[in-house]
Amino acid sequence: MSTTIAIAKRELGNYFSTPVAYVFIVIFLVLAGVFTFYLGGLYERGQADLLPFFTFHPWLYLFLIPALSMRLWAEERKSGTIELLMTLPVSIWDAVLGKFLAAWAFTGIALALTFPLWLTVNYLGDPDNPVILLSYIGSFLMAGAYLAVGACVSALTRNQVIAFVLSFVICLLFVLAGFPMVMDLFKGWAPQALINAIISMSFLSHFESIAKGVIDLRDLIFFFSFIGCWLLANAIAVEMRKSD
Amino acid sequence: MGAAIEVSSLHKQFGAFMAVDAVSFQVNKGEVLGFLGPNGAGKSTTMKMITGFLAPSGGRVQVDGFDVSRQPIEVKRRIGYLPEGAPAYGDMTPTAFLHFVGEIRGYRGRERRERVDTAIQKANLGSVIHKPIETLSKGFKRRVGLAQAILHDPPILVMDEPTDGLDPNQKHEVRELIRDMARDKAILISTHILEEVDAICDRAIIIAHGRLLFDGTPPELVAMSRLHNAVRISFEGETPTTAGQRLRQIAEVADVAHEDAANQLTVLPRNGVSIVRQVTHLARDEGWAIQEVFVEAGQLDEVFRRITTQPAAAEESAAS
Repeated sequence: MSTTIAIAKRELGNYFSTPVAYVFIVIFLVLAGVFTFYLGGLYERGQADLLPFFTFHPWLYLFLIPALSMRLWAEERKSGTIELLMTLPVSIWDAVLGKFLAAWAFTGIALALTFPLWLTVNYLGDPDNPVILLSYIGSFLMAGAYLAVGACVSALTRNQVIAFVLSFVICLLFVLAGFPMVMDLFKGWAPQALINAIISMSFLSHFESIAKGVIDLRDLIFFFSFIGCWLLANAIAVEMRKSD
Repeated sequence: MGAAIEVSSLHKQFGAFMAVDAVSFQVNKGEVLGFLGPNGAGKSTTMKMITGFLAPSGGRVQVDGFDVSRQPIEVKRRIGYLPEGAPAYGDMTPTAFLHFVGEIRGYRGRERRERVDTAIQKANLGSVIHKPIETLSKGFKRRVGLAQAILHDPPILVMDEPTDGLDPNQKHEVRELIRDMARDKAILISTHILEEVDAICDRAIIIAHGRLLFDGTPPELVAMSRLHNAVRISFEGETPTTAGQRLRQIAEVADVAHEDAANQLTVLPRNGVSIVRQVTHLARDEGWAIQEVFVEAGQLDEVFRRITTQPAAAEESAAS
């Protein structure tokens, strides 16, 4: 546990010791604002809620989170520090979890910095604050799912650009699962059970129900088991690819 | 008590390529073992298996009695490892980096500060401790790697080319440091600098093409040289024309070689026996005017070349 924390601390420090953290946070906040006010029409809707803000999160995360996760393992392999890390008394799980938690905590910080929006709607009206809190939690969970994919993909390559593109594509599949453009690939040949399974993997449907203030245990289980599976794959990928 | 590092019939295969082939050796406490071999011979691969970074395809590594495959964490606690090229997190300063390693190794608060300070002092990092590692020179980066490896005062040190790329002064410092630590540790260093073996190693092993070809002390290694106990004679003026012929008549002399300089001869003995007495007697009897007589210890690079380029011949001599 303490080694997990040590690794997470170093990883988080790495975000802030390079411009990555600041660029990411600024872009995240600017885009969140643009989406909320211009595309989402926060004012025009005349409703005191943050639905326009949260609706765009799946799309915002789609390219911002892979940018955050791409270096997690790829850089470690490219610079050779993975040999240093894996010959310290560290288990593979300490390393995988530490890195993931650092990146997740970082998205949590970025998400928390959107609090002026929450202040705004509270100033303008009387929003349902518990729903807003739930939406934040849902968004945070979804960010974790994106990150778990990104971290795993990052362990498969030493090239950060490849890691970025690949994570983007895989996350896009999970966002669009249930949409015709993905389902058409499967319809006609895949059994109904598989099609249902794919639909049930959709980030959008799980996120939307939480964002509406409906806490369903199944959505929570989905996100946590999704993260767990990808981190397991991450550990296997590190073990298999660390030396080449 | 067993050896600090015990490697038994270790194998590593990458696809069809056998990188390490049935290598066995041990390193004892209080010993510096030099690990020699041409580039690509399998030195680094072997070290990576000892330190638990790579899983062996076959064979076993035991460190302080712990099996690397079964108890990797126990092994990693006892080893200080300097990987090839001394990788370190470039965005961190040496201080932050060493504190990170200290934290991973389970040190807290004051003890960690003291260990970091000691490592900084031993590795002579004083002037650069607050500069990002990526901005440091190669020599300093190497020393950061060394500091990281000795931070927990490990009983076992494994260093992959610790002096590679350092200037002569830095090499000297690193060797001094290794010699200082040698008394109570088991140290394995890989190198392709042969003088290093003479300078700091108690024992040396040589591998090439993944196979162990020599295991012995540096004097034994030198003794394998064709030039071991050869006598080099410098004459005053020209070499007497009969000298070569007369010298060959000594029973223990295998051959006489003419050197580049006109007034020099090298007399090679049979089986490395000492021939200096016979040669000087002959010179006195013949009345040769001799300027200098020099007995060769042997040349490491010649032995190294012979062992690593003629596997079959070398295996025989290693076996004998």
